[in-house]
Amino acid sequence: MIEPNRLAAGGRIDRGRPLGFTFDGKSYAGFAGDTLASALLANGVRPVARSFKHHRPRGIVGSGVEEPNALVQLGSGARTLPNYLATQVELFDGLEARSVNAWPSAAFDARALQGLLSRFMPPGFYYKTFTWPSWMWPFYERQLRRAGGFGVAPSEPDPDRYDKTNSHCDVLVVGAGPAGLSAALEAGRAGARVILVDEQQEMGGSLLGSRVKIDGAPASSWLDSTLAQLREMPEVRLLSRATAFGYYDHNFVAALERVTDHLGPVEGPTPRQRIWRIRARQVVLAAGAIERPLVFPNNDRPGVMLASAVSTYVNRYAVSPGRRVVVFTNNDSAYRAALDLADAGSEVVAVADLRPDPKGRLVDEARRRGIELLAGHTVVEVKDRNGVEAVGLMQHDGTSAFGGTRWTECDLLAMSGGWNPTLSLYSQSGGRPVFDELRACFVPGPSTQAERSAGACNGEFTLRGCLSQGHAAGAGAAAAAGFGDGRAAAAVPDVDDGKEGRTRAYWIAPGAKPVGRSGKSFVDFQTDTTAVDISIAAREGYESIEHVKRYTTLGMGTDQGKLGAVNGVGALAGMLGASIPEVGTTTFRQPYSPVTYGAIAGREVGELFDPVRKTPMHEWHAEAGAEFENVGQWKRPLYYPQPGESMQDAVDRECLAVRRSVGILDASTLGKIDVKGPDAAKLLNRVYVNGWTRLGVGRCRYGFMLGEDGMILDDGVTARLAERHFLMHTTTSGAASVMSWLERWLQTEWPDLRVHLTSVTDHWATVSINGPNARRVVAKICHDVDLSNQTFPFMSVRHGEVAGAPARIFRISFAGELSYEVNVDANYGRRVWEAVVSAGEEFGVTPYGTEAMHVLRAEKGYVIVGQDTDGSNTPDDMGVGRMVSARKDFLGKRSLTRPDTLREDRKQLVGLLTDGGEVLPEGGQIVEDPSARLPVPMLGHVTSSYYSATLGRPIALAVVKGGRAREGETLHVPLADGRSIRARVASPVFYDPSGERQNVE
Amino acid sequence: MSSNTARRQSPLAAFMSRAEDDEAVGPAGVVISERPYLGHLNLRGDPADGEFMGAVERTLGFALPAAPNTVFCGEEVLALWLGPDEWLIITPQDGQGAVEDALNAALEGAVASVTDVTGGQTVINISGRNARDALDKGCTLDLHPRAFGERQCAQTLVAGVGVTLRWVDDTPSFDLVVRRSFAEHLALWLRDAALEYGAAVG
Amino acid sequence: MLLIECPWCGPRDESEFAYGGEAHIVRPPDPANVSDEEWADYLFYRKNPLGDHQEQWQHASGCRRWFNAQRDTLTYQIERGYGIGEAAPGGEG
Repeated sequence: MIEPNRLAAGGRIDRGRPLGFTFDGKSYAGFAGDTLASALLANGVRPVARSFKHHRPRGIVGSGVEEPNALVQLGSGARTLPNYLATQVELFDGLEARSVNAWPSAAFDARALQGLLSRFMPPGFYYKTFTWPSWMWPFYERQLRRAGGFGVAPSEPDPDRYDKTNSHCDVLVVGAGPAGLSAALEAGRAGARVILVDEQQEMGGSLLGSRVKIDGAPASSWLDSTLAQLREMPEVRLLSRATAFGYYDHNFVAALERVTDHLGPVEGPTPRQRIWRIRARQVVLAAGAIERPLVFPNNDRPGVMLASAVSTYVNRYAVSPGRRVVVFTNNDSAYRAALDLADAGSEVVAVADLRPDPKGRLVDEARRRGIELLAGHTVVEVKDRNGVEAVGLMQHDGTSAFGGTRWTECDLLAMSGGWNPTLSLYSQSGGRPVFDELRACFVPGPSTQAERSAGACNGEFTLRGCLSQGHAAGAGAAAAAGFGDGRAAAAVPDVDDGKEGRTRAYWIAPGAKPVGRSGKSFVDFQTDTTAVDISIAAREGYESIEHVKRYTTLGMGTDQGKLGAVNGVGALAGMLGASIPEVGTTTFRQPYSPVTYGAIAGREVGELFDPVRKTPMHEWHAEAGAEFENVGQWKRPLYYPQPGESMQDAVDRECLAVRRSVGILDASTLGKIDVKGPDAAKLLNRVYVNGWTRLGVGRCRYGFMLGEDGMILDDGVTARLAERHFLMHTTTSGAASVMSWLERWLQTEWPDLRVHLTSVTDHWATVSINGPNARRVVAKICHDVDLSNQTFPFMSVRHGEVAGAPARIFRISFAGELSYEVNVDANYGRRVWEAVVSAGEEFGVTPYGTEAMHVLRAEKGYVIVGQDTDGSNTPDDMGVGRMVSARKDFLGKRSLTRPDTLREDRKQLVGLLTDGGEVLPEGGQIVEDPSARLPVPMLGHVTSSYYSATLGRPIALAVVKGGRAREGETLHVPLADGRSIRARVASPVFYDPSGERQNVE
Repeated sequence: MSSNTARRQSPLAAFMSRAEDDEAVGPAGVVISERPYLGHLNLRGDPADGEFMGAVERTLGFALPAAPNTVFCGEEVLALWLGPDEWLIITPQDGQGAVEDALNAALEGAVASVTDVTGGQTVINISGRNARDALDKGCTLDLHPRAFGERQCAQTLVAGVGVTLRWVDDTPSFDLVVRRSFAEHLALWLRDAALEYGAAVG
Repeated sequence: MLLIECPWCGPRDESEFAYGGEAHIVRPPDPANVSDEEWADYLFYRKNPLGDHQEQWQHASGCRRWFNAQRDTLTYQIERGYGIGEAAPGGEG
């Protein structure tokens, strides 16, 4: 295949490795080392995209991250990625790409008709048009969403791996151009740990696309030797294809490394992309600069490009984007593009320089080469058909053009409006850019974090200056991190950098007609914001650039205004007659360039999404076919279905087994805190509502813990194992927070208490054996403890051996049955569980899960903190006010007498019974009269609701305003489908109210 | 205890039995293994209390490390600093009972506590030339030899799981003391993190 | 991601810490004898300053110690942590 614009020689491409790719379904050829953009240009593909709002045909403008137009959808199916820049996509064999904002292709776009309507879409269009009538908004929104956005998100799970890693360094250098390389070299020589990140496939930055000489030799030899030296340094890490996209607090910088994107689809464990989370002592920003476009009529036509991008395509990729070229500039740097093109064999018809008197070495060189120089000229029009065909040039007086239009035929217009230092990371670090009149650009202001800028991102645009600032910054940063004396160790190489003339800013090029009367002059290509849009915003009273940005969408595309923002600021300042500092600059936010969701998720997907906690008996449950539920991070068996059983069938069977014979529950997840020390009882007195001083050794007591606001925080049984030793049980989900709560009081308010707390949740495996046959089962495998009610009563603890393992046995119950909770060293947990299962075989011992546990406890009216309570319930609300000690102070006690906690109409725990067989929905609202006028007053809500197989009817717990006094009343629970269920208020204890069953002989 | 110990299960028993079935992925850059059944004792006491420190030193044969995040490796027993009044004592397999009894006897009447947490913890070792690369993926601690080396330990998070990390040698090799319930998740995570370097289990 | 200096363990990543809110809030020594207003002030009212703020933090995934730290609520600069019983830098609090 022939690439019409490929130069015969030169460039950094590998002509020995030809590659094939498709764009919008057509096949093309390129070489290894190409980007998708350079290959498209080599193939003469002109329109590569349609613009966002007006669907105008657009071509490639830039050569890197600044590209506003050439967004592509990469690949297809599950691996497809939207919004990639063709200028950053490295070519590989078989690459598939599509333009994102056009259908069926960028060359022919069915929606271009929309462009005809664009005159009806002024800035603020959405705000003005779609807010009335408000009931139409859902319709408008659907239409707008269809029209908006770039690209398509994949609809299948992404088969690729993405990863994240943490890294630390003394000096982080962002950008591997001449300044960054010099900085890394100095910092590395000083002995610092250095990370150098660069977003391109090759390090070198601007050197890769230019023909400058360093120390008298081509820049590539300096580049090669510098990189070789850096690679030799063991403490220097070079990360290419890595974009530092976010600068956060305390010198934390995130970078996205595209590990295998350039290889195409890759199977195996290597991640496609990796986010580096870098904590740096010092940061050197050497992010370079981005060339500004010029704002003139029809400046968006395919074939209007940044001059520096033209040089890069010629020098780096051996692609000539045009044969007859006009250069349009307000500064000297664009003359390099003119010279590069001329040397590559293109005809440079003219350089139109906005400045009246251009002078400098490059200007002289162009003159010497016979290139026509039109000083004080401006471009007033661009004629195009599928790309630039001719430009209209006129003289200007600084504000408007005059004289006749000189039409010049050309197929490429290379423009340069000066340079913008890349300030995104500096701005994200907290710094405020300041405007430098002399250099006509924003530059970094004072540092607010441990960072410094060097080179072009610091407003230094000469190569000599970049190299010398890089050396100084590297040595300085290393010294600030404790390495070296801050003086550069190496001599700055010699560069023949001639003197350049000053850039003269024209934020909108002087035109033949007033703004708005000629073709569209684009300020922001990606969001289709024109000079007219900004003038309308100014006319309508917008004065702050932040407001104008939102009103016009200037700088709100995926490129975050990399090209357009500063021109927009300048244009607005001009229209308002204000200075640029008065108008200000917009804030740069993370990320600098788009980051895939895959990379943000990393490996936190599937089974690694969140830590999983398992009990020692987990594998047994899995083998028994248990369905699990998540309780915090724990996996707990929810129920154990037998073949053919529904969940309700299984739960009914499990509940009945406990009530009629015996069931076992894995209770290992319950929080357990060892409380030791002379003041252990004193601590418990201060944190529980009830008293602990007189609890005997070997006895247990149930307690509530309150927050200082008097609301229930946690509950559980605590046992006194010895005079100075307690074991506290917490809820499963409250274990960690209760531990922190107690530690906080001990460390901050009560350091005088001699108590030590140790979490022993994981040390003990807990097998809870419940039901009238529980004692008979335990007796078969425990021979050294008298299990009778007389010597081992309810709410006590004994030590013994169960199935050969040393055990603590608690007579406590959450099911309201005869119950033994056997605790053993977790390494023996599964074995003791299995011993209980075989000992219980003759009694039909039934493992039961958390659902049956919930039903059993609800039958007894036992609350679950966090289900029946929600942080707004006092002990009295829950019907346990009698537990509260009047004789001592404890956390939260004072709040129990606040006016609010004494209100008569507080929500109180009650039981609810329905007449039919319907189970009330948990969370259902409770009302007195479902047909009352809206808004219907709410009395409370259902907190727990089940079908009770034991009672043969549905039961529910609820909190209801003044609920205890309503016992016997009928209330209503309206449903989402319009029906309403009648429910009678009852006692929350539905089963065995006298508690006889936990003491059966 | 031998008939007892034969039927106990370490926290990574299931993970290890499953991992054996995995095919090796090239030369292993990372090796993950469990050090099961070591004795774990949590020791609390005031380092400013000379009697407490003396009693512990006489019992263990060495002084408790006083500097934050340091370890003392005795001949058989390790002591890791966990907090300004808290240490983790690691004993050989089944050695925790004897050490616990000896410490309790020596600390009789003192404001100090010894708590057996053997069943609640295990030790995962990760070693090999890429061990640090794998750990870095989930750990925000700086594990470079300049920052974390001999005699150092630290409590931190690895992939959201609380661990006590200990430098073992400059293979590099690290021990991760982890709570039992999290151990399998951490092992799965470490193996996944190590895959790109070649991971071996066992 | 903040870098917070634990007085015992040195600088560690924010993810290891738990935030405890404003420091130097004195619990009334005899809660039973304070007015509802005084108790509400203790329970609910906080300074929320722009600038220096003394706060409690716990090195929750590290040595589990609670400590005080002074953080600038505008810049997020954190002064080195100080002990629970100690006065705030600059004598405030």
